[in-house]
Formats: sequence, C-alpha cells, structure tokens
Amino acid sequence: MTGKNAQNCNENYLKYVKQLDPPTKHFKNCLSAFGVGGLICTIGQFFRFMLEYAGLSGDELAGAVSVILIFLGCLLTGLGVYDRIGRHAGAGSIVPITGFANSVTSPALEFKTEGYIYGTAAKMFTIAGAIIVYGVFSGVLVGIIYYFL
Amino acid sequence: MMAEEILNIFLMYIKAFAVGGAICTIAQIVINITSLTSGKILVFTMLAGVILTALGLYQPLVEFAGAGATVPISGFGYLLANGAIKGAEKGFFYAVTGSLTAASAGVTAAVVFSFIMSLIFRSRTKRN
Repeated sequence: MTGKNAQNCNENYLKYVKQLDPPTKHFKNCLSAFGVGGLICTIGQFFRFMLEYAGLSGDELAGAVSVILIFLGCLLTGLGVYDRIGRHAGAGSIVPITGFANSVTSPALEFKTEGYIYGTAAKMFTIAGAIIVYGVFSGVLVGIIYYFL
Repeated sequence: MMAEEILNIFLMYIKAFAVGGAICTIAQIVINITSLTSGKILVFTMLAGVILTALGLYQPLVEFAGAGATVPISGFGYLLANGAIKGAEKGFFYAVTGSLTAASAGVTAAVVFSFIMSLIFRSRTKRN
C-alpha cells in the first residue's frame, strides 16, 4: 500500500469509528449538571439558614458553610459515594466546593500506598495546588490593583 | 407575616438551586465543547469568580442567590478577591495577605478532613 492509500485508509477508519461512537448526550449532560449542582447549592443554602439561625453572620457564616460542605465532600469521597455521583453529574459534582474537597481527598486516598509523606500529603495537592496557586496569585494581583486605585 | 417568611425562605432555596445549577451547567457546556479535564475546569471557574468579583459583578449575585453563588468554586474565587479588596483598604500588607486569609477556612478544612479520611478509608476509585 502506498502512503496516499494508507492515509485514505486511516481517514475511512476514523469515519467508521465515529459512526459507531455513541453520540455525546450534550443536553442530558447539562440537565444532570444543573440538577446535581443546584441540589448541592440548595443543601448549602439549608446550612446557611441553620447557621444564620444559630447566630453566625458575614464571613464567619460563609466560612462555616464551606467547611461543612467540604467535610461532607471528603466523607462521601472516602466512602466512595462521591465518584459514583460524579460519573453521572459531570460538572454538577466538580464545580461545587464539594468537588474541590473530592479533588483533595481522592488522590490522598489513592496514593496512600506510597506512604504518608510522599503519597498522601504530597499528592493531596495535585489539583488543589493548581487552584491555590492561581487563586492566591490572582487574589494578590486584585489586592495590589485595588490598593493603587 | 409567618406565611411571608416561609415564602421568602422557599424563594431563597429556588434561587440557590437555579443560580448554582446555572453555574454548573455553564461549566458542563464548556466541558462538552472543549473536553477540558476537571482540574482545568476548577481553575478556570475559580478564576472567573476572581475576575467577576474584581469587576464588582459577583457581589450582587451573592446577595441575590446566597449559597447558589458561594458554594460553586467561583465562590472560592469570590472569597479570595473579596479578601484582597477588603485588605487593600487597610494597607499594602493586607492587600497582599487578604486573599489567602479569607480562603484559609476552606483550605484548612480540605487539608485536615482529607488527611483524616486518608487515615480511615482506603481508595475505592479503582473498584467500580
């Protein structure tokens, strides 16, 4: 087979594969992301009301709500439930703060076999590290810009 | 009076659901189009929160939707930027340290709880 034919063959094969591929269910994906993401935020709102009733307010309130949700995210990841939710919910389980918790706990558990220092502790920040680096850097930029404005 | 209060609480839940769901849907649409991985989606959503807060557009959303705006990771960006903006009023030192100070609760919780979970549980992600 000459080079040109081989390329044709490749293209035909790729077309054939694409034909057999199940179509990505864009609409269904978005709907489950909306439902699960909305539900997690509603649970957050429930804790917000409860803690507001208990007398917290402002930054303390927002902080306490995220701590509770992060705890739930870590616990559900540990129990193996969160990944099962995530398989269906996509961004609905990634984007809420519980997804952040999941991204910290998940590698911490997975790399436990490599020991508590180089495994759990070091791998904990594989994704969270990126968030903290860019978050702190952009936060500092915002602070400096606002200081000089 | 009582009925009105209940209605307000109910309305707040609806708003939290709608706005939180909408943020997740936007992220899902971005995933569908670009097939970005979850780590990149988290970073970009958080940065969107920082930028929107710096422009003064996120604060109204937080007041409108409560947890619907603070629970998604863009709310983490809101915390960071808001801490920096508040710190900038006090002085240069606080303008630089303000963002991490505001986010310390979330980061501390994630680290402490994750470490505790790693002591208790073993990885289940591979056993489907």
